[in-house]
Amino acid sequence: MNPSTEKRTIQIKQTALAMRRNIIRLALNGGNNGVHVGPALSIVEIMACLYCEVLRRESGMPPTMRDKFVLSKGHGALGYYVALYEAGLISLETLNTYEKNGGDFPGQPVKNVAAGIDFSSGTLGLGLAYGAGLALGARKLDSDTRVYVVLGDGELNEGSVWESVMFAAHAKLTNLVAIVDRNGMQSDGCTSDVMGIDIEAMWRGFGWDVAVCDGHDVEQLLAALQTEPMGKPRVVVANTVKGKGVSFMEGNNEWHHKWLTMELHDQAVVELDAMEERGL
Amino acid sequence: MSYSKVDIRTWSILGSRGTFGVALTDAARSNPGIIALSADLCNTSGLDRFRNAYPTRFINTGIAEQNMLGVAAGLAATGFVPFATTFANFAALRSCEQVRHYLGYMQENVKLVGFGAGFAMGMFGVTHFALEDIAALRSISNLTIISPADGMEIVKATNTIAVTRGPVYLRLTGVMNAPIVYKEDYDFTIGKAITLREGDAVAIVATGSMVHPSLKAAEILATQGIMAQVVNVHTIKPLDTAAVDQLLNHRLVVTVEEHSIMGGLGTSIAEHVAQKRGFPPLLRIGVAQGYPHVGHYQHMLEVSGLTAPKIAGRIRLALDDTVGLSHE
Repeated sequence: MNPSTEKRTIQIKQTALAMRRNIIRLALNGGNNGVHVGPALSIVEIMACLYCEVLRRESGMPPTMRDKFVLSKGHGALGYYVALYEAGLISLETLNTYEKNGGDFPGQPVKNVAAGIDFSSGTLGLGLAYGAGLALGARKLDSDTRVYVVLGDGELNEGSVWESVMFAAHAKLTNLVAIVDRNGMQSDGCTSDVMGIDIEAMWRGFGWDVAVCDGHDVEQLLAALQTEPMGKPRVVVANTVKGKGVSFMEGNNEWHHKWLTMELHDQAVVELDAMEERGL
Repeated sequence: MSYSKVDIRTWSILGSRGTFGVALTDAARSNPGIIALSADLCNTSGLDRFRNAYPTRFINTGIAEQNMLGVAAGLAATGFVPFATTFANFAALRSCEQVRHYLGYMQENVKLVGFGAGFAMGMFGVTHFALEDIAALRSISNLTIISPADGMEIVKATNTIAVTRGPVYLRLTGVMNAPIVYKEDYDFTIGKAITLREGDAVAIVATGSMVHPSLKAAEILATQGIMAQVVNVHTIKPLDTAAVDQLLNHRLVVTVEEHSIMGGLGTSIAEHVAQKRGFPPLLRIGVAQGYPHVGHYQHMLEVSGLTAPKIAGRIRLALDDTVGLSHE
């Protein structure tokens, strides 16, 4: 790795840590109702790579030219909002309105192009079709815009996803990149118990270029996301851990949606501090 | 714009689907943003003209209506004006949540076109009838619902929605050799109902394919000394409540639609007038609950009581006895 790439990688890892700190802090905003914290922690590195490195959306760029991002697994919202803050698209004050009554940043994202949110989500299975439409529209405008769509692995249960997987391959949408956050869990338990599917074989069978990587490894993610397309749309299957970064949340599906006590909050902060001291 | 007699006759022969295909192809000439999407129904939906004229602006999404709505929404977000088309039942019911999400919630500028609404699919059977589409979509916020009465109104509606920002469900009823309601040009404005005939005893409020038989029913009633006003509600949502409020002095208000008696035009008007003091009794004519034995289009209209003589007969009975006005 050349020195500048190495430096960039370290910066993204630091950003990811800062995002996790904000996720834990903001999880308290949900009070006794709880928030989707596990599904936010699993996409932290994915979001950090996208918003700090991969997406081309400099301010002043015409909206039609910018890269687009669709969070199809809307319950990852908290992991999204903290990335928007790190990318300078929203202020800390705005970020802190997360899950406040009547606010613009509720538990699932609401389209807000100025804030960097291209798609409203929450209901699963609707993001990839929209992303395919954005990608097709960009191609028709001769724009080199790329469209990135993050889906959950549980979300792949939705039949509508496969309509879009089929369509994107047929339409040869090489400017479309899907990222599957394969954290191995969904609301009712392990994906292998609820609906065990061979994700790579299915996407490949539908005509996509498939890459698999460690979804918490910044180098691997950047390599997978920045590979030039080869005549097909590309899916990056990112192996992740639900609740990543906080020991009592990792791989524990209770934290799909749960409230954080002050005691547990403090414990999580201690762990993130230790992670920083260890040098990420 | 002026329309020739040949145009009007051609639209009648083509019916609603063919006329829509002609109208969209014409509109696309001056509006490069228009894109047509079909869920594998290009040939049966009158869009073959469009596809031949603008092959790169026609997208076949395969038999996958839900994805079609999402792709259309993404194209709309990019600045295009997508017309997403399929049979009305699939448009409204198969992809109902997509309509709510992309068109209602996100307000993407998608024009969803439902072909063969009501009984138009005839022998294809109940799976292809759309008798619940208005009911399914009417409560979705931000969605305009338009149901043209004849070919000229399809042309006008298509041209209007193409240049008016906002999501629309365009409901196309009837079959080929469709009756002509408009023999000359008129003003079409979204949300403005049109009185086609004056009469002070009864007000018949109709939409889509039922406008023409309602006019014929009014003629039958006139021979019996009953003068009926006929109002074409081409925009089901937003409802022209001001026009409805002007029907207060009739002895009876009647709604006629090729749709379930529940949740459509009649229900919409009932919801409005229930809050009004002194509104006359309301007779809602539409399709009763139940899935009937299948037959050709005219047969379905006959057995459902949606022909001019049957509409006139129902109105006559209701005037004689204002009890038992609906037949759920």
